[in-house]
Amino acid sequence: MTNPQNASRPPSSPRVGLFVTCLVDAMRPSVGFATLKLLRDAGCRVEVPDAQTCCGQPAFNSGDTADAAVLARHFIETFEGYDYVVAPSGSCVGMTRAHYAEALADDPAWAERARRLGERTYELMSFLVDVMHFAPADVKLDTSFTYHDSCSGLRELGVHDQPRALLDKVSGLTLKPLEGNDVCCGFGGTFCVKYPAISNAVVGEKADAIDRSGASLLLGGDLGCLMNMAGKLKRKGSSVRSFHAAEVLAGMAGGPAIGEER
Amino acid sequence: MQEATLSFKARAQEALADPTLKIAIDRTTGTAERKRAVAMTQFPQFEAARERGKRIKDHVIANLDHYLLEFERNAIASGAKVHWARTAEEASQIVVRLCKEAGAKRVTRVKSMLGEEIGLPHALDEAGIERVETDLAEHIVQLGGDRPSHIVWPSMHRTREQVSEMFKRLHRAPHQEETIEAMVDSARRELRDKFLTADVAISGANFLVADTGATCTVTNEGNAELTTTPPRVHIVTAGIEKLVPSTEHALLLLRLLVRSATGADVTQYTTFHCGPKQTGDRDGPEEFHIVLVDNGRTRMLREGMKDMLRCIRCGACMNHCVVFRQLGGHVYGGTYPGPMGAVLTPVFDGLESSRDLPHACTMNGKCQEVCPVAIPLPTLLRGWRDRSWREGLEPATVRFGLGIHTFVASRPRLYRLGTAIAIRVMRLFSRGGLVKGMPGLGAWTAYREFPAPAKRTFMEMYKDQEKGQ
Ligand code: SF4
Repeated sequence: MTNPQNASRPPSSPRVGLFVTCLVDAMRPSVGFATLKLLRDAGCRVEVPDAQTCCGQPAFNSGDTADAAVLARHFIETFEGYDYVVAPSGSCVGMTRAHYAEALADDPAWAERARRLGERTYELMSFLVDVMHFAPADVKLDTSFTYHDSCSGLRELGVHDQPRALLDKVSGLTLKPLEGNDVCCGFGGTFCVKYPAISNAVVGEKADAIDRSGASLLLGGDLGCLMNMAGKLKRKGSSVRSFHAAEVLAGMAGGPAIGEER
Repeated sequence: MQEATLSFKARAQEALADPTLKIAIDRTTGTAERKRAVAMTQFPQFEAARERGKRIKDHVIANLDHYLLEFERNAIASGAKVHWARTAEEASQIVVRLCKEAGAKRVTRVKSMLGEEIGLPHALDEAGIERVETDLAEHIVQLGGDRPSHIVWPSMHRTREQVSEMFKRLHRAPHQEETIEAMVDSARRELRDKFLTADVAISGANFLVADTGATCTVTNEGNAELTTTPPRVHIVTAGIEKLVPSTEHALLLLRLLVRSATGADVTQYTTFHCGPKQTGDRDGPEEFHIVLVDNGRTRMLREGMKDMLRCIRCGACMNHCVVFRQLGGHVYGGTYPGPMGAVLTPVFDGLESSRDLPHACTMNGKCQEVCPVAIPLPTLLRGWRDRSWREGLEPATVRFGLGIHTFVASRPRLYRLGTAIAIRVMRLFSRGGLVKGMPGLGAWTAYREFPAPAKRTFMEMYKDQEKGQ
């Protein structure tokens, strides 16, 4: 979603609080470092507040609104001081932008703080394109990729064109369209472990579509979905390798893909 | 029914293990999805129409008492008899009583999900009244002795090959050729004389038009006309949320309904019924009854679920739902399946017996995107999860787990430590980049690999880098 004030000219060296997300912190730090590099290349002063933890989505989606509100307040306190907050995940940003006010509905003052912070909180790809008008320079990767649009980013934040525009600037990289690119991969946070058989059936179809695309890489903007799809691709013996789009854009896709030995 | 005794998960397992069911689901929902997509490219006003449709429904729901009384007044003026039912049971009892008063031995039904909701097929069977389903798909459901699995295509769960086999077994003069036309003819031969000799016709309504007192019914087969014309008595059952101020409003919603349901420009048949046969009319029923059903609707209004009352039963949300497309409709266990069913079933059947439904959703938001009256289905589903949590229906393990998670995640230092330990434990189980056989990860690793974490967390590495600078 474009912030109209910033649509014309990028702000000069804004102070950005990077929320790496709990999954990236624990599972795949390289996505965090790629994000850091991209934000710095785009001219931001980036800080990684030490107090950050989890956005509270697991509690919120489980119906545990009170616990979600605790973590929402913690997030707001941690990040309120920055010009912008950026995370390499549509679903965590969707949580803060679209749902914090709901989680804090009983507390109007906090709900208002949530709303104000939400306006300055961005998913990485949309921040780079819509706010910073950034394009990666001198990144080269000779291969083909297909792109999965994760649901929260796509439907709650309107992230669709931005990652494609950015990846288009990587020389040597070609897009092979994914049939059903906007269809859910079956991850759904806690859904995938609460209803594993259903989740498996959904991601099974997704993995087949990814294979049919003929691409060498699967890219996306949400680590949860990527781990789900990469895990299924691995299990079915597919040779498609999975990366977060930020890793490719930062020129950091030389190492092991998701689920490869490191 | 067997389904009711199995848990949701067990029913889901059965459905997932049935490859023929999956073929059937994909054929119907896949076609519906494609046709809708084409229809949308030819309907650029969709967003505007959707906004208007939403406003019409919201307006009526906010002024329900006004429009109900206006409708009742005009319906009575046209000669109809209006009945009010608070519950499903009351509604089906009224219909059965009217049938008995008419001395009915045989009734014909036009497909109506409300009829299913109030348990009408069962109530008629119990009362010993022969029930003839005139909608082809409902006829298939009746022959198979099961329940509708989709609100627009009730027999979606059967492939045409299965239907052909069933017709050959059960029809008096079944088709010879394996074509759809021949099969339709077979059903027609089976049903036509029953259409003409029924004592009572029962239909639903897509719209109740307040300023005329008319009811409007949409079908694909024209069976509404044929069914409701010959019998002496016609009974319409409808939920009170079906009201619209005028015919013009009904037509606007109709445009949204057909494009969303079948991807067609117009419904094949749209029938308006307004009162019984008048002097000078060539045909029509002598008695015309309308049963207005609440069955939880005013409670939904009170309990923060008024958005759901906009639903025009188009089925688009289920056609586009990744979970529905794996499971089909029966797994949901209620009258209505898919996303809208997952919102409605806890209203009708109680949350305790249906708490899986709001949870068995990835919250991907596609249903809301395609809904022609912009119902925030994921928000409503989360509302049920919230309620389930507050009412203590969630398992103790989940409550405990999330409690710990919140305790830790609101204490950054403890959280850092916890994460650092967790990934090290995971790495003890890691081989070749994947976590193997780790207790607690079984739900994931039964079906897919779990990518192993890196050696250290982002925060550990980042802090070292900062120190080094
Ligand atoms: S909820 Fe919306 S999409 Fe689903 S059946 Fe109702 S009107 Fe159609």
